[in-house]
Amino acid sequence: MSLTRNAPPASATEPAHHRSPKSGYKSRNWLHRFDNKRVPYLLISPFFLLFALFGLFPIVFNGIVALRNWRLDDPTLTGWAGLANFERLLHDEDFWNALVNTFGIFILSTVPQLLIALMVANLLNRKLRATAWWRVGVLLPYVTPVAASTLVFAVIFARDNGMANWLLSLVGFGEDAPLDWRAYKWSSWIAIATMVNWKWIGYNALLYLSAMQSIPKDVYEAAAVDGAGPWRQLWRITVPMIQPVLVFTVVLSTIGGLQLFNEPMLFEENPAAASGGSDHQWQTIAQLIYKVGWKDLNLGYAAAMSWALFLIILIVAALNALATNRLGGGRR
Amino acid sequence: MTATASRRRPRRRADLGRAPQDTRGGWRTYLGLAAFLALSAFPLYWMFVIATSDDEAVSQIPPTVVPGGELMNNLHEVFTLQQVYFAASLINSFIVSAVVTASTLFFCSMAGFAFAKLRFPGRDKLMIVVILTLTIPNQLGIVALYILMGKFGWNGTLVSVIVPFLVSAFGVFYMRQFIMHAVPDELVESARMDGALTMRVYWSIVLPAIRPALAVLGLLTFVATWNEFQWPLIQLNGTPFPTSMVALSDLASGNYVIYRRVLAGAFVATVPLLVLLLLGGRQIVRGIMEGAVKS
Repeated sequence: MSLTRNAPPASATEPAHHRSPKSGYKSRNWLHRFDNKRVPYLLISPFFLLFALFGLFPIVFNGIVALRNWRLDDPTLTGWAGLANFERLLHDEDFWNALVNTFGIFILSTVPQLLIALMVANLLNRKLRATAWWRVGVLLPYVTPVAASTLVFAVIFARDNGMANWLLSLVGFGEDAPLDWRAYKWSSWIAIATMVNWKWIGYNALLYLSAMQSIPKDVYEAAAVDGAGPWRQLWRITVPMIQPVLVFTVVLSTIGGLQLFNEPMLFEENPAAASGGSDHQWQTIAQLIYKVGWKDLNLGYAAAMSWALFLIILIVAALNALATNRLGGGRR
Repeated sequence: MTATASRRRPRRRADLGRAPQDTRGGWRTYLGLAAFLALSAFPLYWMFVIATSDDEAVSQIPPTVVPGGELMNNLHEVFTLQQVYFAASLINSFIVSAVVTASTLFFCSMAGFAFAKLRFPGRDKLMIVVILTLTIPNQLGIVALYILMGKFGWNGTLVSVIVPFLVSAFGVFYMRQFIMHAVPDELVESARMDGALTMRVYWSIVLPAIRPALAVLGLLTFVATWNEFQWPLIQLNGTPFPTSMVALSDLASGNYVIYRRVLAGAFVATVPLLVLLLLGGRQIVRGIMEGAVKS
């Protein structure tokens, strides 16, 4: 990105307005000097102050909380816990189970999501009638509150007389014993991944579309030599050319997917439980953090889990970016 | 570039070598898009169907696809339910989203202006810091943020779901990009030659020039704030002033859930955003295509 392109070295040239005040009143001079030297910092200070207080400080403080006993139900139980919270994490079956669930749902949602988004972007990348309305249309799921759409899907994926089971029965599956979507890991993962895919495909398609439209047109002309049809055009030219945005969406989906909370929470028949199924079939890490922190009231342990989740996101995002770079490009 | 560029191609193969965006979409393109759009819209439509129906509809096989006449009845139930505070939750969501949006627009456009048009030591490094903060997962500090809010005495109040979101890194970044191109340097310089102070330049030159960007950022911020779920749930669950997302999860909790009621509530909480999409859809599309970032 062109972050610094337009910025001349800060000290090289005097700003034009420095020599400006023609009427050299002392007071106006002072005012203008203040305006030049201090006001820029005043303008950017709200961001940095608010970030320091509500972004940076909690992250640092979270590290301290993770090393202490910190319970909401027992304020007297304080003091340093050392690494006890982290040790507990290593032997916590719920944590490892949630980790597996998070990754399972993450893969089931990310891969189809980005592939279908690519297809949709490819369709949108034509001369169309009512172009603007198609683009607005694909954003319907994006603006729909996850809480609202998940509740709809919870009904669609009901065991008895749910629409998903009805569709399956049309193709002859589960006519006598309807599938209990919430009962198994694989089926609950598919249901949740469907919700995530539904919400984000259109959004990602627009990101791809915007990259596709900035591909220079003569690249396509050149490729016509070897008679590349639309399909090969897509895979041989378009996809490699939009590689940076592919990497970007993969990283975004990783950060979002590994923090998945809303869908698993509201898929539950009783969302207040935060248990992710009768046997935690689909409990994700973010959901577990919520449960440990605000249902079990153990903030110290929840903080330790947050750190673990952060580490995992960091590693996976880096690996993903690397892999996408390799796969998508093949060049350089 | 190559011989093909200048060679006259036979009409039949006219599309060969033409950039996709110059190729007219065929019936397959429209069919594909229409199918995708139908799948995207269906859950919303079905939400409306159930919201307007009686208890039977939700478990009818084959499913009903025609709205019923019970909407008013269902809405009445939702709004009069004790302990859910649905009407208040809508007002709260409006307050929270409006305050966050207004403040984001104000602070981000000011900071974006400073980063784009003013010269001061450390500017570029500070801008990189802004961009780096974009990549921090918001889960990371959530426990500590809760404790901090407790120290301020804000836990369980609307303030706690407003204050952390008053300004956003994405907003600063977006505004800076826009102002760099939309506001000519000469205009800023000459205004300052005439003795205009920075805030005067911001108010009379920058603000009028960035109205489109304000619309984009405002819409994106409003939608994101309205839909925020996890943090409001932590803060406001069980209080008499939830946001509408929290109220929805309350509506869906309990041992016996009445879906026509739940989805009637979901429908009401979705309508404001559908209206925004209808009115400002093009702006939202533009914002995303110019490089918006998920939450």
